[in-house]
Amino acid sequence: MHSKTFTILQKKKNQILELWLNNQLADEGLREDLISNQDLRASSEELVDVLVSSASDDNLENPESSDFDPVLEILAGVSMTRARQGFSPRETGLFVLGLKEALLTVLQEEMSDSPAELYTESLKISRLLDSFSIVTFETFIKGREDVILRQTDEIAEISTPVIRVWDGILALPIIGTLDSARTQVVMENLLQEIVETGSSIAILDISGVPAVDSLVAQHLIKTVSATRLMGAECIISGIRPEIAQTIVHLGIDLSSIITKATLASALRYAFSSLNLEVKKAIREKVSIR
Amino acid sequence: MIISLSKDVMTITRDQDVVPFRNRVKEKAVKIKMGLVNQTKLITAASELVRNMLKYGNGGETYIEIVSRGRDTGIRLTFKDKGPGIADISLAMQDGFSTGKSLGLGLPGTRRLVNEFDIKSEIGKGTTVSIIKWVNG
Amino acid sequence: MEKIPILRMGPFLLVTIQVDLYDRLALTLESDLVQMVNKTGARGVLIDISAVAIVDSFMGRIIGNIASMSKILDAETVVVGMQPAVAITLIELGLPLKGVYTALNVERGMDLLKLKIQGSADHEEEEDDEDSAIYSE
Repeated sequence: MHSKTFTILQKKKNQILELWLNNQLADEGLREDLISNQDLRASSEELVDVLVSSASDDNLENPESSDFDPVLEILAGVSMTRARQGFSPRETGLFVLGLKEALLTVLQEEMSDSPAELYTESLKISRLLDSFSIVTFETFIKGREDVILRQTDEIAEISTPVIRVWDGILALPIIGTLDSARTQVVMENLLQEIVETGSSIAILDISGVPAVDSLVAQHLIKTVSATRLMGAECIISGIRPEIAQTIVHLGIDLSSIITKATLASALRYAFSSLNLEVKKAIREKVSIR
Repeated sequence: MIISLSKDVMTITRDQDVVPFRNRVKEKAVKIKMGLVNQTKLITAASELVRNMLKYGNGGETYIEIVSRGRDTGIRLTFKDKGPGIADISLAMQDGFSTGKSLGLGLPGTRRLVNEFDIKSEIGKGTTVSIIKWVNG
Repeated sequence: MEKIPILRMGPFLLVTIQVDLYDRLALTLESDLVQMVNKTGARGVLIDISAVAIVDSFMGRIIGNIASMSKILDAETVVVGMQPAVAITLIELGLPLKGVYTALNVERGMDLLKLKIQGSADHEEEEDDEDSAIYSE
């Protein structure tokens, strides 16, 4: 003999689905821009189907039961996709809470004759759905974290271009804070490029670095020393006056490093140490048109 | 929570054992797709520790393990000798300190090359050093 | 016994390290090189480590020693072709190889050596130049 709730679930499946869909469609926050009605219906239908088929008499009281794994899987999938599509946590949460609403409404209709039973059964459903919504939130946040991680990787990749400014001269503009992970990437890219191009001078431009503290200075010194070990020279350029001030106030010793105020003066230095000369061309004849 | 996925044991007794040991570490590092720079750091650290083990402990046992913690995978190396032990570990971990005739970069330098560094020593019984390098560390 | 060959090129000695160095091999290289510098009166030593994947503090010390010893015998030392990963690891280890000249490759290393010894070895240079001048005609 099945419990009443279970029977109601089985019998009223379609009604629950319709109620739930109406709840979702009636909500002002429905994101028609992000998800079409068909998709919404499809994912709702799938969830209700799986929920009804995995529910049984005994597990309704036990949200941790492994019978609900398929439900959790779908929920995880839904909230993961929603996190990526840019749904807000509220909108994602309402998705599951709307189902609870629908289930409770149906229960109320069916059990209106026995309030005591309605109370216990509502409590069960409530607990079950609450635990589902926690899972939804957890996966939603995890989805967001994945997005952040991927962006971090992308930023790390795009933020350190090595430019060949001249035959034998490389320039590397650093923009943003220089932490140890970034230093590692900068060093690797720079040294690799030195090997590939056979360049003997590298210019590290720190115009885009907001602040230089002793840790950042240490990272810069490391990069310069590693470049030296490879047999190339490393110049640091783009030092703003306020950065020069902090460096001296902090007592950081950069005397072993060639520093220049601007990229232009670093380039001039590089040219002269490669015995190159840049001159304004003197045109003897008027150009023929 | 660190889980060990595989474990190799190698005994180091002579100078010449160092090269095969380094190769074995490299093999494992390549297997878990560790980048070249991290590989080099790990093998250099391993080389330092094996040398210490030979010099101060007359050799000993090494374990090479592939370990995982959450999403991270990495390599754990353990060096166990039955040497005289280290009297003052915090002193030994200082840059420039050495009882032998070396630069004294061994232990502190090695610590900078890896992600996790653990040393236990008992006078008269021996020293155990264990290091972990994560793939993305 | 295994040995690392030392080639003589004019006033310079050229060493290419192609194998994984274990400690005794490195020590043998150190003494062989110093002997050679003395015997040939070489003015420069060029060590090519482009095939070396690992330089630990011991190897670093050997390189430093070779440079200092050669310096006493009036020869300059240039280390060429260090791998990026090796350079990063050495810096992290705290071993910037002060007092050792470096160059990107053998060719640049030779140029650097010539430059370094120019002052005191003027006539040797001239002889070399004459030779090459005749050769090209």
